[in-house]
Amino acid sequence: MKRAMHLNLLGVYAIFIVALLYGPVLLLPMFSFNDSIYIAFPLKGFTTKWYQEMATNSALLAALMNSLKVGIGVAIVSTVLGLTAAKAVIRHRLPGKTQIVGMIMLPLLLPSLFLGIALLIILRKVFSVDLSLWTIGAGHVLICMPFSMLILIARLEGFDKSLEEASLDLGENAWGTFWHVTFPLALPGVISSLLLSFTTSLDEFVIAFFLGGNDTTLPLFIWSQLRFPAKLPGVLALGSCILVLSIVIVVLAEVVRRRGVQSSKPTVF
Amino acid sequence: MASVTGGPLVGHARSRPLSQRFRALLLRSEALRGYILLTPTLLVMFLLLVVPLCGMIAFSFFTQVYFDIDFTLTLKNYWSIIKPGAGNTYLGIPFPFETPVYTILLVKSLLMSLVATSVIVLMAYPMAYFIAFRATNHKFLWLVLITVPLWTSYLLRVFAWKVILGHNGVLNSGLISIGVIEEPLGFLLYNPAAVIITLTHAWLAFAILPIYVSLEKIDRSLLEAATDLGDSKLIRFLRVTLPLSLPGVISSALMVFIPTVGDYVTPAQVGGTSGIMIGTIIQRQFGAANNWPLGSALSIFMMLAVTAIVCLFLWGVGNDRIKARGA
Repeated sequence: MKRAMHLNLLGVYAIFIVALLYGPVLLLPMFSFNDSIYIAFPLKGFTTKWYQEMATNSALLAALMNSLKVGIGVAIVSTVLGLTAAKAVIRHRLPGKTQIVGMIMLPLLLPSLFLGIALLIILRKVFSVDLSLWTIGAGHVLICMPFSMLILIARLEGFDKSLEEASLDLGENAWGTFWHVTFPLALPGVISSLLLSFTTSLDEFVIAFFLGGNDTTLPLFIWSQLRFPAKLPGVLALGSCILVLSIVIVVLAEVVRRRGVQSSKPTVF
Repeated sequence: MASVTGGPLVGHARSRPLSQRFRALLLRSEALRGYILLTPTLLVMFLLLVVPLCGMIAFSFFTQVYFDIDFTLTLKNYWSIIKPGAGNTYLGIPFPFETPVYTILLVKSLLMSLVATSVIVLMAYPMAYFIAFRATNHKFLWLVLITVPLWTSYLLRVFAWKVILGHNGVLNSGLISIGVIEEPLGFLLYNPAAVIITLTHAWLAFAILPIYVSLEKIDRSLLEAATDLGDSKLIRFLRVTLPLSLPGVISSALMVFIPTVGDYVTPAQVGGTSGIMIGTIIQRQFGAANNWPLGSALSIFMMLAVTAIVCLFLWGVGNDRIKARGA
């Protein structure tokens, strides 16, 4: 009896936390269908006009294209770098491994403002590079690569090293072993790393804010609209689309990754 | 394979061409192959992290002269942060500096982050406990449920709170339409509390996972042993579960505290003038104020303060654990 009570109390609390995590964010889609420029109760009526306006906004579409370009590029680069680094760390006995992994993880811990400023200084004042989508992409690789590496380390740890050794023993060279054994086994991790890097880049604001110059990505576009109260319903519609896209991608990535893991070891990422 | 090429090489290594000698070395040294695999990643990290940080440190010793940079090394920027002067008081504490705003904002940011971090860890722990020990059937679902918010746009999560707490926002208009209040409450948005609430919401999911992992790793037989030896549930939690999950608690506290001190988006959106943090004034040096060297010095000053607090915290935790072990 007492045990059941305890379980219920924690269960109620867990539901409360999930409601707290999702509630505020779900207000955005709700009000994006509201027929009023004020984001307030009572709801006025159902409309899709904010979504229709969005489709004809050329600045928004340009920002969307920019975000897609950066996101896809960043996803590929950070996954390739994350995979090679994860393989090196997991499959080879490296002196100084802890320090190396620690350094690669550092961008996850530092405030993105700090990273953005440091990159801005070096790019503008030392190398005199013009700010563009390329510089945004470089900044995003810095914060996506640690995630990719963590995901792929977890994946590579999940299957037996002897599979690769068997392939080498049976006469396959290192390159063939990588493509025919390691890569297919790591594939769920690779897919989820691609997807999660893409959403991270798609949603990242602060680094893009410092390194964007005249080029705009979707979060930068949203930021520029926030000053104008009349633009807010449009921001809600756009924000809702981004939210839905992110959630779909993340759920997909999680399902691919967690279902694919053979070991039952708990992993953070 | 190594023995086929490695055998004859030992004797004739010097007479072989360089490329073959390199190949032989590669086959023999596992560590070397590992480092070669790591090279691209480390090169990228070096170019995008180490070089920029060094550049920032160098910049903090330069001076801004209108639109140009004076490259003479000087401590002027750091001195301007802590130069003694008439000063001001904040929370009753005197800040006797010529420009006290930097130090006041730093202390204020640290305090706001500490409050947010404490609230977050306290809220995250029972949730992590629930997933680790109680959610036996749907563990995967719960994990996905708390992971998804991590990857959704930070900007939009912050913006949601601006919409909720605003003068004509969701909360005020909701309360008016159900008749609880007649006039909008003015104190909801644009203050430190709004920043702390928003930070708590935005970073909560982050803190759950490390605590969950450390709880999940606990050997269940230890808990059974504690029960068998007569510990009540509460004592068992305090003596076994909590100490064993402490690494997770510490890492989630650090994972939230360090990035939030330098947050820029949240104070800019929901902080108003009373809720600004050190990140706001750092950003200003790279925007309107156009003083990059001072901005660099402020950033480094902030990170040094954060590092000092983190070290103090870890040292304190370490001391406690040593004492506990000795007892």
